[in-house]
Amino acid sequence: MITFEYVEPESLEEVLALLEQHGEDAKVLAGGTGLINLMKQRLVQPAYLIGLRQLAHSPELAEIRPNSGLTIGALCSHRTIETSALIQHRLPLLATTFRHVASVRIRTAATLGGSLAHADPNQDPPPALLVLDARLRVQSHHGEREIELSDFFVDYYETALEPEELITTVIIPPQPADTGTAFLKFLPQTHDDYATIAVAALVSLDGDTIIRARLALGAAAATPLRVRAVETALRGQAPTPQVIHAAAALVAEEVDPLADFRGSVEYKRDMAVVFTQRAIEQAVTQARGASGNV
Amino acid sequence: MKPIQLRVNGQAVERDIPDNTLLIDLLRNGLDLTGTKEGCSVGVCGACTVLLDGQPVSSCLTLAVTADGCEVTTIEGLTEGDRLHPLQKAFIDYGGFQCGICTPGQIMSAKALLDENPHPSKDEIQSWMMGNLCRCTGYYKIIESIQAVADGKVST
Ligand SMILES: Cc1cc2nc3c(=O)[nH]c(=O)nc-3n(C[C@H](O)[C@H](O)[C@H](O)COP(=O)(O)OP(=O)(O)OC[C@H]3O[C@@H](n4cnc5c(N)ncnc54)[C@H](O)[C@@H]3O)c2cc1C
Ligand code: FES
Ligand code: FES
Repeated sequence: MITFEYVEPESLEEVLALLEQHGEDAKVLAGGTGLINLMKQRLVQPAYLIGLRQLAHSPELAEIRPNSGLTIGALCSHRTIETSALIQHRLPLLATTFRHVASVRIRTAATLGGSLAHADPNQDPPPALLVLDARLRVQSHHGEREIELSDFFVDYYETALEPEELITTVIIPPQPADTGTAFLKFLPQTHDDYATIAVAALVSLDGDTIIRARLALGAAAATPLRVRAVETALRGQAPTPQVIHAAAALVAEEVDPLADFRGSVEYKRDMAVVFTQRAIEQAVTQARGASGNV
Repeated sequence: MKPIQLRVNGQAVERDIPDNTLLIDLLRNGLDLTGTKEGCSVGVCGACTVLLDGQPVSSCLTLAVTADGCEVTTIEGLTEGDRLHPLQKAFIDYGGFQCGICTPGQIMSAKALLDENPHPSKDEIQSWMMGNLCRCTGYYKIIESIQAVADGKVST
Protein backbone atom coordinates (compact mmCIF):
# COMPACT_ATOMS: atom_id res chain seq x y z
CA MET A 1 0.00 0.00 0.00
CA ILE A 2 1.19 3.54 -0.78
CA THR A 3 1.97 5.84 2.12
CA PHE A 4 -0.14 8.88 2.97
CA GLU A 5 -1.19 10.95 5.91
CA TYR A 6 -4.69 10.23 7.18
CA VAL A 7 -6.68 13.07 8.75
CA GLU A 8 -10.19 12.90 10.14
CA PRO A 9 -11.73 16.35 10.60
CA GLU A 10 -14.65 16.86 12.97
CA SER A 11 -16.53 19.35 10.81
CA LEU A 12 -17.48 20.10 7.22
CA GLU A 13 -15.66 23.45 7.42
CA GLU A 14 -12.42 21.68 8.35
CA VAL A 15 -12.83 19.19 5.50
CA LEU A 16 -13.32 22.04 3.04
CA ALA A 17 -10.36 23.95 4.45
CA LEU A 18 -8.10 20.91 4.07
CA LEU A 19 -9.31 20.32 0.51
CA GLU A 20 -8.57 23.97 -0.25
CA GLN A 21 -5.10 23.69 1.27
CA HIS A 22 -4.03 20.40 -0.36
CA GLY A 23 -5.99 20.44 -3.65
CA GLU A 24 -4.81 17.70 -6.01
CA ASP A 25 -2.69 16.11 -3.27
CA ALA A 26 -5.74 15.21 -1.20
CA LYS A 27 -8.63 12.78 -1.59
CA VAL A 28 -11.65 12.34 0.63
CA LEU A 29 -12.36 8.85 1.92
CA ALA A 30 -16.03 7.86 2.26
CA GLY A 31 -16.74 4.10 2.18
CA GLY A 32 -13.32 3.36 0.69
CA THR A 33 -14.62 0.59 -1.57
CA GLY A 34 -13.55 2.43 -4.69
CA LEU A 35 -10.64 4.54 -3.51
CA ILE A 36 -8.73 1.95 -1.46
CA ASN A 37 -8.71 -0.42 -4.45
CA LEU A 38 -7.36 2.35 -6.72
CA MET A 39 -4.71 3.22 -4.11
CA LYS A 40 -3.69 -0.43 -3.80
CA GLN A 41 -3.15 -0.44 -7.56
CA ARG A 42 -1.28 2.91 -7.32
CA LEU A 43 -3.70 4.45 -9.80
CA VAL A 44 -4.47 7.18 -7.27
CA GLN A 45 -1.74 8.33 -4.87
CA PRO A 46 -2.98 11.03 -2.52
CA ALA A 47 -0.51 12.45 -0.02
CA TYR A 48 -3.42 13.32 2.29
CA LEU A 49 -6.45 11.18 2.86
CA ILE A 50 -9.32 13.08 4.44
CA GLY A 51 -11.64 10.68 6.26
CA LEU A 52 -15.29 11.77 6.25
CA ARG A 53 -16.26 9.39 9.05
CA GLN A 54 -16.85 12.12 11.65
CA LEU A 55 -19.42 13.78 9.36
CA ALA A 56 -21.54 10.64 9.25
CA HIS A 57 -23.96 12.17 11.74
CA SER A 58 -24.17 15.62 10.22
CA PRO A 59 -27.79 16.08 9.14
CA GLU A 60 -26.93 17.55 5.77
CA LEU A 61 -24.56 14.81 4.67
CA ALA A 62 -26.23 11.81 6.27
CA GLU A 63 -29.98 12.30 6.05
CA ILE A 64 -32.67 11.53 3.53
CA ARG A 65 -35.09 14.45 3.52
CA PRO A 66 -38.47 14.63 1.85
CA ASN A 67 -39.56 17.93 0.33
CA SER A 68 -41.38 18.43 -2.96
CA GLY A 69 -38.85 15.90 -4.22
CA LEU A 70 -36.17 14.39 -2.04
CA THR A 71 -32.62 15.22 -0.98
CA ILE A 72 -30.19 12.51 0.00
CA GLY A 73 -26.97 13.17 1.91
CA ALA A 74 -23.81 12.13 0.10
CA LEU A 75 -22.66 10.00 3.04
CA CYS A 76 -25.77 7.81 3.05
CA SER A 77 -24.64 4.25 2.41
CA HIS A 78 -26.04 2.16 -0.42
CA ARG A 79 -27.63 -0.05 2.20
CA THR A 80 -29.29 2.92 3.92
CA ILE A 81 -30.83 3.99 0.61
CA GLU A 82 -31.87 0.45 -0.30
CA THR A 83 -33.61 -0.14 3.03
CA SER A 84 -35.05 3.36 3.64
CA ALA A 85 -38.84 3.20 3.94
CA LEU A 86 -39.05 6.73 2.55
CA ILE A 87 -37.07 5.84 -0.57
CA GLN A 88 -38.95 2.56 -1.03
CA HIS A 89 -42.18 4.51 -0.94
CA ARG A 90 -41.25 7.66 -2.87
CA LEU A 91 -38.49 6.46 -5.21
CA PRO A 92 -38.71 2.68 -5.54
CA LEU A 93 -36.41 2.98 -8.57
CA LEU A 94 -33.54 3.97 -6.27
CA ALA A 95 -34.22 1.23 -3.71
CA THR A 96 -34.14 -1.34 -6.54
CA THR A 97 -31.03 0.13 -8.14
CA PHE A 98 -28.96 0.32 -4.97
CA ARG A 99 -29.99 -3.22 -4.04
CA HIS A 100 -28.39 -4.39 -7.29
CA VAL A 101 -24.93 -3.09 -6.34
CA ALA A 102 -22.34 -5.72 -5.39
CA SER A 103 -22.92 -7.48 -2.04
CA VAL A 104 -24.40 -6.47 1.32
CA ARG A 105 -20.86 -6.07 2.62
CA ILE A 106 -19.90 -3.55 -0.08
CA ARG A 107 -23.27 -1.77 0.13
CA THR A 108 -22.80 -1.31 3.87
CA ALA A 109 -19.65 0.74 3.30
CA ALA A 110 -20.18 2.36 -0.13
CA THR A 111 -21.83 5.79 -0.10
CA LEU A 112 -24.00 7.80 -2.49
CA GLY A 113 -21.28 10.45 -2.95
CA GLY A 114 -18.73 7.73 -3.74
CA SER A 115 -21.08 6.09 -6.23
CA LEU A 116 -20.95 9.31 -8.28
CA ALA A 117 -17.48 10.77 -7.63
CA HIS A 118 -15.81 7.40 -8.33
CA ALA A 119 -17.16 7.74 -11.90
CA ASP A 120 -16.62 4.17 -13.04
CA PRO A 121 -19.05 3.88 -15.99
CA ASN A 122 -19.95 0.34 -14.89
CA GLN A 123 -21.64 1.55 -11.71
CA ASP A 124 -25.40 1.12 -11.31
CA PRO A 125 -26.62 4.24 -9.44
CA PRO A 126 -25.61 6.83 -12.10
CA PRO A 127 -28.10 5.76 -14.83
CA ALA A 128 -30.96 5.64 -12.31
CA LEU A 129 -30.07 9.08 -10.93
CA LEU A 130 -29.71 10.45 -14.47
CA VAL A 131 -33.27 9.50 -15.45
CA LEU A 132 -34.52 11.18 -12.27
CA ASP A 133 -32.84 14.47 -13.37
CA ALA A 134 -30.75 14.47 -10.17
CA ARG A 135 -28.59 17.48 -9.30
CA LEU A 136 -25.57 17.51 -7.03
CA ARG A 137 -25.03 20.13 -4.38
CA VAL A 138 -21.32 20.68 -4.13
CA GLN A 139 -19.40 22.75 -1.57
CA SER A 140 -15.93 24.16 -1.37
CA HIS A 141 -14.19 26.63 0.92
CA HIS A 142 -15.43 29.37 -1.44
CA GLY A 143 -19.10 28.47 -1.48
CA GLU A 144 -21.67 26.24 -3.00
CA ARG A 145 -22.88 25.33 -6.47
CA GLU A 146 -25.23 22.85 -8.08
CA ILE A 147 -24.26 20.55 -10.93
CA GLU A 148 -26.75 18.75 -13.12
CA LEU A 149 -25.84 15.08 -13.02
CA SER A 150 -26.13 15.03 -16.82
CA ASP A 151 -23.18 17.50 -16.90
CA PHE A 152 -21.15 15.70 -14.22
CA PHE A 153 -19.46 12.72 -15.87
CA VAL A 154 -16.50 13.61 -18.10
CA ASP A 155 -14.57 10.40 -18.82
CA TYR A 156 -13.49 7.17 -17.13
CA TYR A 157 -13.01 8.08 -13.44
CA GLU A 158 -13.27 11.78 -14.33
CA THR A 159 -15.97 14.22 -13.28
CA ALA A 160 -16.73 17.96 -13.32
CA LEU A 161 -15.78 18.14 -9.63
CA GLU A 162 -12.85 20.44 -8.77
CA PRO A 163 -10.21 18.96 -6.45
CA GLU A 164 -11.32 21.21 -3.58
CA GLU A 165 -15.04 20.38 -3.94
CA LEU A 166 -17.13 17.97 -1.90
CA ILE A 167 -20.53 16.57 -2.89
CA THR A 168 -22.81 17.22 0.08
CA THR A 169 -26.26 16.22 -1.16
CA VAL A 170 -28.06 14.81 -4.15
CA ILE A 171 -31.29 16.57 -5.05
CA ILE A 172 -34.07 14.65 -6.75
CA PRO A 173 -36.80 16.90 -8.14
CA PRO A 174 -40.46 15.93 -7.91
CA GLN A 175 -41.87 13.98 -10.84
CA PRO A 176 -45.23 14.49 -12.52
CA ALA A 177 -48.14 12.16 -11.82
CA ASP A 178 -48.41 9.12 -14.07
CA THR A 179 -44.68 8.58 -14.15
CA GLY A 180 -43.17 5.11 -14.29
CA THR A 181 -39.57 3.96 -13.95
CA ALA A 182 -37.48 0.84 -14.43
CA PHE A 183 -33.91 -0.26 -13.77
CA LEU A 184 -32.67 -3.43 -15.42
CA LYS A 185 -29.23 -4.82 -14.72
CA PHE A 186 -28.24 -7.58 -17.10
CA LEU A 187 -25.54 -9.78 -15.65
CA PRO A 188 -25.64 -13.34 -16.86
CA GLN A 189 -22.81 -14.69 -14.71
CA THR A 190 -23.18 -13.85 -11.03
CA HIS A 191 -25.40 -11.46 -9.16
CA ASP A 192 -22.68 -9.59 -7.29
CA ASP A 193 -20.79 -8.48 -10.40
CA TYR A 194 -20.94 -5.28 -12.41
CA ALA A 195 -23.47 -5.28 -15.24
CA THR A 196 -22.89 -6.50 -18.76
CA ILE A 197 -25.31 -3.69 -19.56
CA ALA A 198 -27.59 -1.67 -17.26
CA VAL A 199 -30.56 0.46 -18.32
CA ALA A 200 -32.71 2.96 -16.44
CA ALA A 201 -35.87 4.38 -17.99
CA LEU A 202 -38.46 6.94 -16.94
CA VAL A 203 -41.71 7.69 -18.75
CA SER A 204 -44.42 10.27 -17.87
CA LEU A 205 -47.81 9.87 -19.53
CA ASP A 206 -50.67 12.24 -20.18
CA GLY A 207 -53.52 9.94 -21.09
CA ASP A 208 -51.90 7.70 -23.67
CA THR A 209 -49.23 10.14 -24.78
CA ILE A 210 -45.65 10.11 -23.56
CA ILE A 211 -45.00 13.68 -22.41
CA ARG A 212 -41.55 13.05 -20.96
CA ALA A 213 -39.01 10.27 -21.32
CA ARG A 214 -35.55 9.67 -19.90
CA LEU A 215 -33.17 6.89 -20.76
CA ALA A 216 -29.67 6.18 -19.45
CA LEU A 217 -27.29 3.24 -19.60
CA GLY A 218 -24.45 1.93 -17.49
CA ALA A 219 -21.50 -0.18 -18.70
CA ALA A 220 -22.17 1.20 -22.19
CA ALA A 221 -19.47 3.86 -22.75
CA ALA A 222 -16.67 5.83 -21.07
CA THR A 223 -19.26 7.52 -18.84
CA PRO A 224 -22.79 6.72 -17.71
CA LEU A 225 -24.74 7.46 -20.88
CA ARG A 226 -27.93 9.44 -21.21
CA VAL A 227 -29.46 8.76 -24.64
CA ARG A 228 -31.47 11.79 -25.73
CA ALA A 229 -32.20 10.33 -29.18
CA VAL A 230 -34.37 7.68 -27.54
CA GLU A 231 -36.05 10.28 -25.32
CA THR A 232 -36.90 12.45 -28.34
CA ALA A 233 -38.23 9.48 -30.30
CA LEU A 234 -40.65 8.64 -27.49
CA ARG A 235 -41.84 12.13 -26.63
CA GLY A 236 -45.29 13.02 -28.02
CA GLN A 237 -45.96 9.43 -29.09
CA ALA A 238 -48.39 6.82 -27.85
CA PRO A 239 -46.36 3.99 -26.27
CA THR A 240 -47.18 1.33 -28.84
CA PRO A 241 -44.89 -1.68 -29.31
CA GLN A 242 -43.77 -0.23 -32.66
CA VAL A 243 -42.82 3.13 -31.16
CA ILE A 244 -40.92 1.52 -28.28
CA HIS A 245 -39.16 -0.92 -30.59
CA ALA A 246 -38.06 1.85 -32.96
CA ALA A 247 -36.90 4.11 -30.12
CA ALA A 248 -34.91 1.32 -28.42
CA ALA A 249 -33.16 0.47 -31.69
CA LEU A 250 -31.53 3.93 -31.58
CA VAL A 251 -29.27 3.02 -28.64
CA ALA A 252 -27.24 0.72 -30.90
CA GLU A 253 -25.72 3.82 -32.55
CA GLU A 254 -25.05 5.59 -29.26
CA VAL A 255 -23.35 2.98 -27.07
CA ASP A 256 -19.62 2.43 -27.21
CA PRO A 257 -18.97 -0.45 -24.80
CA LEU A 258 -15.65 -2.16 -24.07
CA ALA A 259 -15.25 -5.87 -24.71
CA ASP A 260 -14.44 -7.80 -21.55
CA PHE A 261 -15.29 -11.10 -19.88
CA ARG A 262 -18.86 -9.86 -19.49
CA GLY A 263 -19.36 -9.76 -23.26
CA SER A 264 -18.06 -8.65 -26.64
CA VAL A 265 -18.81 -5.22 -28.08
CA GLU A 266 -21.43 -6.71 -30.43
CA TYR A 267 -23.11 -8.65 -27.64
CA LYS A 268 -23.26 -5.64 -25.33
CA ARG A 269 -24.66 -3.50 -28.15
CA ASP A 270 -27.38 -6.07 -28.87
CA MET A 271 -28.21 -6.42 -25.19
CA ALA A 272 -28.36 -2.63 -24.82
CA VAL A 273 -31.19 -2.59 -27.39
CA VAL A 274 -33.01 -5.55 -25.85
CA PHE A 275 -32.85 -4.20 -22.30
CA THR A 276 -33.69 -0.65 -23.37
CA GLN A 277 -36.88 -1.95 -24.95
CA ARG A 278 -37.77 -3.94 -21.83
CA ALA A 279 -37.00 -1.03 -19.52
CA ILE A 280 -39.23 1.34 -21.51
CA GLU A 281 -42.03 -1.24 -21.57
CA GLN A 282 -41.79 -1.67 -17.80
CA ALA A 283 -41.73 2.08 -17.19
CA VAL A 284 -44.82 2.52 -19.39
CA THR A 285 -46.68 -0.26 -17.59
CA GLN A 286 -45.81 1.32 -14.25
CA ALA A 287 -46.81 4.80 -15.46
CA ARG A 288 -50.22 3.45 -16.50
CA GLY A 289 -50.75 2.13 -12.99
CA ALA A 290 -49.08 5.06 -11.23
CA SER A 291 -50.79 7.08 -8.56
CA GLY A 292 -48.44 10.03 -8.56
CA ASN A 293 -45.43 8.38 -6.99
CA VAL A 294 -42.32 7.90 -9.01
CA MET B 1 1.83 6.91 12.79
CA LYS B 2 -1.55 7.24 14.46
CA PRO B 3 -2.65 6.13 17.90
CA ILE B 4 -5.84 4.06 17.84
CA GLN B 5 -8.05 2.59 20.54
CA LEU B 6 -10.66 0.01 19.74
CA ARG B 7 -12.23 -3.13 21.11
CA VAL B 8 -11.52 -6.39 19.35
CA ASN B 9 -13.69 -9.32 20.40
CA GLY B 10 -14.50 -7.48 23.61
CA GLN B 11 -10.87 -6.73 24.54
CA ALA B 12 -9.54 -3.17 24.63
CA VAL B 13 -6.69 -2.66 22.17
CA GLU B 14 -4.38 0.37 21.94
CA ARG B 15 -1.75 0.65 19.24
CA ASP B 16 0.32 3.16 17.31
CA ILE B 17 -0.03 2.18 13.68
CA PRO B 18 1.16 3.52 10.32
CA ASP B 19 -1.67 5.49 8.65
CA ASN B 20 -1.82 3.08 5.71
CA THR B 21 -2.35 -0.09 7.79
CA LEU B 22 -5.30 -2.14 6.59
CA LEU B 23 -7.61 -3.60 9.20
CA ILE B 24 -6.86 -7.14 8.01
CA ASP B 25 -3.14 -6.57 8.61
CA LEU B 26 -3.72 -5.11 12.05
CA LEU B 27 -5.80 -8.17 12.95
CA ARG B 28 -3.55 -10.84 11.45
CA ASN B 29 -0.07 -9.38 11.93
CA GLY B 30 -0.56 -6.93 14.77
CA LEU B 31 -2.92 -8.94 16.97
CA ASP B 32 -2.18 -12.51 15.80
CA LEU B 33 -5.83 -13.04 14.98
CA THR B 34 -5.15 -15.17 11.92
CA GLY B 35 -8.66 -16.61 11.73
CA THR B 36 -9.59 -13.80 9.32
CA LYS B 37 -8.32 -14.76 5.85
CA GLU B 38 -7.25 -12.71 2.86
CA GLY B 39 -8.40 -13.99 -0.52
CA CYS B 40 -8.85 -11.47 -3.31
CA SER B 41 -7.72 -8.25 -1.53
CA VAL B 42 -10.23 -6.24 -3.61
CA GLY B 43 -13.56 -6.68 -1.82
CA VAL B 44 -14.98 -9.44 -4.00
CA CYS B 45 -14.53 -12.75 -2.16
CA GLY B 46 -15.62 -12.07 1.42
CA ALA B 47 -12.90 -14.20 3.05
CA CYS B 48 -11.77 -11.18 5.10
CA THR B 49 -15.26 -10.29 6.41
CA VAL B 50 -15.32 -8.98 9.99
CA LEU B 51 -17.95 -7.04 11.88
CA LEU B 52 -17.28 -3.35 12.49
CA ASP B 53 -19.76 -2.09 15.06
CA GLY B 54 -21.88 -5.10 14.12
CA GLN B 55 -21.85 -4.43 10.35
CA PRO B 56 -20.08 -6.73 7.88
CA VAL B 57 -17.11 -5.13 6.11
CA SER B 58 -14.20 -6.28 3.96
CA SER B 59 -11.23 -5.83 6.27
CA CYS B 60 -9.02 -5.81 3.14
CA LEU B 61 -10.62 -2.49 2.07
CA THR B 62 -10.85 -0.94 5.53
CA LEU B 63 -8.12 1.27 6.95
CA ALA B 64 -7.35 0.35 10.55
CA VAL B 65 -7.42 4.04 11.52
CA THR B 66 -11.11 4.10 10.57
CA ALA B 67 -11.79 1.42 13.17
CA ASP B 68 -10.58 3.78 15.91
CA GLY B 69 -13.25 3.88 18.63
CA CYS B 70 -15.12 0.91 17.14
CA GLU B 71 -15.92 -2.64 18.18
CA VAL B 72 -14.44 -5.25 15.83
CA THR B 73 -15.64 -8.85 15.92
CA THR B 74 -13.67 -11.61 14.22
CA ILE B 75 -14.22 -15.35 14.01
CA GLU B 76 -12.11 -15.75 17.18
CA GLY B 77 -14.70 -13.69 19.05
CA LEU B 78 -17.56 -16.12 18.48
CA THR B 79 -16.58 -18.96 20.80
CA GLU B 80 -17.35 -18.69 24.46
CA GLY B 81 -14.53 -20.57 26.17
CA ASP B 82 -14.65 -23.99 24.50
CA ARG B 83 -18.21 -23.57 23.37
CA LEU B 84 -18.60 -23.06 19.65
CA HIS B 85 -21.06 -20.52 18.30
CA PRO B 86 -24.14 -22.24 16.79
CA LEU B 87 -23.02 -21.14 13.31
CA GLN B 88 -19.62 -22.78 13.82
CA LYS B 89 -21.31 -25.95 15.06
CA ALA B 90 -23.73 -25.92 12.11
CA PHE B 91 -20.96 -25.55 9.51
CA ILE B 92 -19.37 -28.69 11.03
CA ASP B 93 -22.62 -30.66 11.37
CA TYR B 94 -23.98 -29.76 7.95
CA GLY B 95 -20.74 -29.94 5.96
CA GLY B 96 -20.57 -26.20 5.35
CA PHE B 97 -16.86 -26.22 4.52
CA GLN B 98 -14.03 -28.25 3.03
CA CYS B 99 -10.67 -26.43 2.90
CA GLY B 100 -11.99 -23.80 5.30
CA ILE B 101 -10.35 -20.71 3.80
CA CYS B 102 -13.67 -18.97 3.12
CA THR B 103 -15.33 -20.20 6.31
CA PRO B 104 -14.47 -17.42 8.79
CA GLY B 105 -15.85 -14.89 6.30
CA GLN B 106 -18.93 -17.02 5.60
CA ILE B 107 -19.66 -17.32 9.31
CA MET B 108 -19.13 -13.63 10.05
CA SER B 109 -21.45 -12.66 7.18
CA ALA B 110 -24.03 -15.18 8.38
CA LYS B 111 -23.76 -13.78 11.90
CA ALA B 112 -24.44 -10.27 10.62
CA LEU B 113 -27.51 -11.60 8.81
CA LEU B 114 -28.92 -13.48 11.80
CA ASP B 115 -28.24 -10.54 14.13
CA GLU B 116 -30.36 -8.35 11.85
CA ASN B 117 -32.91 -10.94 10.78
CA PRO B 118 -32.99 -14.04 13.03
CA HIS B 119 -35.39 -15.99 10.80
CA PRO B 120 -34.44 -15.29 7.19
CA SER B 121 -36.03 -17.13 4.28
CA LYS B 122 -33.84 -19.22 1.99
CA ASP B 123 -33.98 -16.41 -0.58
CA GLU B 124 -32.88 -13.88 2.02
CA ILE B 125 -29.97 -16.11 3.05
CA GLN B 126 -28.93 -16.57 -0.57
CA SER B 127 -29.02 -12.90 -1.48
CA TRP B 128 -27.20 -11.89 1.72
CA MET B 129 -24.47 -14.50 1.26
CA MET B 130 -23.97 -13.67 -2.43
CA GLY B 131 -20.74 -11.81 -1.74
CA ASN B 132 -19.01 -14.70 0.05
CA LEU B 133 -17.35 -16.99 -2.46
CA CYS B 134 -16.41 -20.63 -1.86
CA ARG B 135 -14.27 -22.65 -4.28
CA CYS B 136 -14.83 -26.02 -2.57
CA THR B 137 -18.11 -26.73 -0.92
CA GLY B 138 -20.71 -25.50 -3.31
CA TYR B 139 -23.23 -23.20 -1.78
CA TYR B 140 -26.04 -25.61 -0.83
CA LYS B 141 -24.31 -26.85 2.32
CA ILE B 142 -23.43 -23.34 3.40
CA ILE B 143 -27.04 -22.21 3.01
CA GLU B 144 -28.23 -25.36 4.82
CA SER B 145 -25.87 -24.67 7.72
CA ILE B 146 -27.20 -21.14 8.15
CA GLN B 147 -30.80 -22.27 7.69
CA ALA B 148 -30.30 -24.88 10.43
CA VAL B 149 -29.26 -22.18 12.91
CA ALA B 150 -32.14 -19.93 11.84
CA ASP B 151 -34.55 -22.84 12.34
CA GLY B 152 -33.17 -23.47 15.86
CA LYS B 153 -31.93 -26.94 14.92
CA VAL B 154 -28.43 -26.46 16.31
CA SER B 155 -27.57 -26.71 19.98
CA THR B 156 -24.11 -26.16 21.37
C1 LIG C 1 -16.15 -5.95 -4.96
C2 LIG C 1 -16.84 -4.73 -5.48
C3 LIG C 1 -17.96 -4.87 -6.30
C4 LIG C 1 -18.62 -3.76 -6.78
N1 LIG C 1 -19.73 -3.95 -7.56
C5 LIG C 1 -20.45 -2.87 -7.95
C6 LIG C 1 -21.66 -3.03 -8.66
O1 LIG C 1 -22.10 -4.14 -8.95
N2 LIG C 1 -22.33 -1.91 -9.04
C7 LIG C 1 -21.88 -0.66 -8.71
O2 LIG C 1 -22.57 0.30 -9.01
N3 LIG C 1 -20.74 -0.48 -8.04
C8 LIG C 1 -20.02 -1.55 -7.66
N4 LIG C 1 -18.86 -1.37 -6.95
C9 LIG C 1 -18.34 0.00 -6.80
C10 LIG C 1 -18.82 0.65 -5.56
O3 LIG C 1 -20.18 0.90 -5.65
C11 LIG C 1 -18.04 1.94 -5.40
O4 LIG C 1 -16.74 1.57 -5.04
C12 LIG C 1 -18.65 2.83 -4.35
O5 LIG C 1 -19.87 3.35 -4.79
C13 LIG C 1 -17.75 3.98 -3.97
O6 LIG C 1 -18.31 4.59 -2.83
P1 LIG C 1 -17.43 4.78 -1.52
O7 LIG C 1 -18.27 5.49 -0.54
O8 LIG C 1 -16.85 3.49 -1.08
O9 LIG C 1 -16.33 5.76 -2.10
P2 LIG C 1 -14.74 5.89 -1.81
O10 LIG C 1 -14.09 4.64 -2.19
O11 LIG C 1 -14.56 6.34 -0.40
O12 LIG C 1 -14.43 7.06 -2.79
C14 LIG C 1 -14.49 6.89 -4.20
C15 LIG C 1 -14.12 8.22 -4.86
O13 LIG C 1 -15.13 9.18 -4.61
C16 LIG C 1 -14.60 10.31 -3.92
N5 LIG C 1 -15.65 10.74 -3.01
C17 LIG C 1 -16.33 9.97 -2.11
N6 LIG C 1 -17.29 10.70 -1.51
C18 LIG C 1 -17.22 11.95 -2.02
C19 LIG C 1 -17.96 13.17 -1.79
N7 LIG C 1 -18.95 13.23 -0.92
N8 LIG C 1 -17.60 14.25 -2.50
C20 LIG C 1 -16.59 14.21 -3.40
N9 LIG C 1 -15.86 13.10 -3.66
C21 LIG C 1 -16.17 11.98 -2.98
C22 LIG C 1 -13.32 9.81 -3.27
O14 LIG C 1 -12.41 10.85 -3.04
C23 LIG C 1 -12.83 8.83 -4.31
O15 LIG C 1 -12.21 9.51 -5.36
C24 LIG C 1 -18.17 -2.46 -6.45
C25 LIG C 1 -17.04 -2.31 -5.62
C26 LIG C 1 -16.39 -3.43 -5.14
C27 LIG C 1 -15.21 -3.24 -4.24
S1 FES D 1 -9.93 -10.56 0.75
FE1 FES D 1 -11.26 -9.00 1.30
S2 FES D 1 -12.98 -9.44 0.12
FE2 FES D 1 -11.56 -10.87 -0.66
S1 FES E 1 -14.35 -24.31 1.95
FE1 FES E 1 -12.71 -24.04 0.59
S2 FES E 1 -13.17 -22.13 -0.28
FE2 FES E 1 -14.90 -22.52 0.87
